[in-house]
Amino acid sequence: MREDFREILRLTPAGARVLDVGCGEGDLLDLLTRERGVDGQGLEISAAGVSACLARGLAVVQGDADRDLDSFPTRAFDMAILSKTLQQMRDPRHVVSELLRIADRAVVSFPNFGHWRVRWALLARGRMPETRTLPDPWWSTSNIHLCTLHDFLALTDDLGLRIDACSALSGGRPARPIDPRSTIENWRAEAAVFVLRRG
Amino acid sequence: MESGGGVWRFPAERPLRLDSGATLSPLEVAYRTYGHLNADRSNAVLVLHALTGDQYLASTQPVTGKPGWWTRMVGRGLPLDPDRHFIICANVLGGCMGTTGPGSTDPATGAPWGLTFPVITIADMVRAQAMLVEALGIETLFAVIGASMGGMQALQWAADYPDRVFSAICIAGAARHSAQNIAFHEVGRAAIMADPDWRGGAYESAGVRPEKGLAVARMAAHITYLSEAALQRKFGRELQRDGLSWGFDTDFQVESYLRHQGASFVDRFDANSYLYITRALDYFDLAAAYDGQLAGAFVRARDVRFCVLSFSSDWLYSTAESRHVVRALNAAGCRASFVEIETDKGHDAIFLDEPALDSALRGFLASAAEKRGLP
Repeated sequence: MREDFREILRLTPAGARVLDVGCGEGDLLDLLTRERGVDGQGLEISAAGVSACLARGLAVVQGDADRDLDSFPTRAFDMAILSKTLQQMRDPRHVVSELLRIADRAVVSFPNFGHWRVRWALLARGRMPETRTLPDPWWSTSNIHLCTLHDFLALTDDLGLRIDACSALSGGRPARPIDPRSTIENWRAEAAVFVLRRG
Repeated sequence: MESGGGVWRFPAERPLRLDSGATLSPLEVAYRTYGHLNADRSNAVLVLHALTGDQYLASTQPVTGKPGWWTRMVGRGLPLDPDRHFIICANVLGGCMGTTGPGSTDPATGAPWGLTFPVITIADMVRAQAMLVEALGIETLFAVIGASMGGMQALQWAADYPDRVFSAICIAGAARHSAQNIAFHEVGRAAIMADPDWRGGAYESAGVRPEKGLAVARMAAHITYLSEAALQRKFGRELQRDGLSWGFDTDFQVESYLRHQGASFVDRFDANSYLYITRALDYFDLAAAYDGQLAGAFVRARDVRFCVLSFSSDWLYSTAESRHVVRALNAAGCRASFVEIETDKGHDAIFLDEPALDSALRGFLASAAEKRGLP
């Protein structure tokens, strides 16, 4: 199981109403449905992804998080999940604030652009980094809004959000609770998972 | 395939109330069924046909002798399976295959209704279907499923009878008729009414039929069922014979195809039915009863599981219309699935081999069945 999935599973209460934004082929929704009995709904941009979700019996709507989150009513869900998708949004700030309008809690995970391998690639080689979490070259990546742990922290402050929990994911090891304000974690964490609430 | 059904006659004391304020009696509803109702009466699926469809969903159409219109979706091992589902399909109100319509006899005069038949709506059609479903002893349908006009009826079912529908599937449908939709229908109606044999709708008592007008109506409509790419792929500029005729014979294969569609349609369809059903479609605007807020139609349907499907090259009821429905379902807090199926076959993809449609329906129905406690 993917380590970020394991961490999200741990954070999901049984029977919760869950919206998974950018749910892909529904692996996480399927896991949460089986293991936590959630009342799950997905939003996914690719037809192939949605078709795969429908074929496995998940309720998923084809749509664009940048455009379609506004159709969901306020506080319709207990939890909204944005798993490694934030950096692909045209307007990440709007998406995060929408997640916390729609749901009481948001779980947001993203690759940390402040990780030392990323910094090293840029500093030593002068090239855009290609790492485990960012495997594609700059000209084909769908990541258009990468950020560091501290960048994201600044956004949550700016939006007046409360951080319930934060953990770091590195190299397929189990998630490790961290203080996101720590300087060293901004070097060490390959990816981060935040649990957010309205402030 | 083994099939039951017949014509359900509602007595004069059970008239159908119409949106126009009129009532209709006695009402007759012609229907076919496939499979068996289980002991819990929980496995009934109502299939809603399109504008020119009928109840012969998966059995031979008696007029044309052709197989049913959705044999690729209904049958053993297919998404709608008579081994698991009790499948019902009824001819629509205003139709011409046995359900009360303008060709039926007006009990007051003993003559065909013709244009004295009251104007009907999609909600009226659904009300007649609900009467049949109740008469068959079914309290809650496991699913209502329809494409095109049938999809609109599926949405109307969920809005009007949310407690009697467990899941609703709308394929290539819409929540309202657009100006373009109305415009194409008006062309069809104008063609019928321009035929001298239409006789102001009283053609039956004159012993004639406005076949030319009805054929033209079908030809115009048929263009809207195909995408430009599909027309190009099928026919291009291919000729019927070597060289041009330098006249107005059917030079192009596409002309021949359309003429054939028109000519074969008139054998199985009634001109006045075409007028009434297209009118019902034009009047359709599900949001109208909810101050123009479509979400209002679905607020009571939060327990219904919705599946909305569209085809990328369908310009009759486009993906934008389906998205409009999905956004309203989201806003109403309904559990919804939606996917736009990539195809170049246009609106007609409903009836054609489209594996993505089958797998979406299979997955949706399987998960609904699990929740409903069906095998």
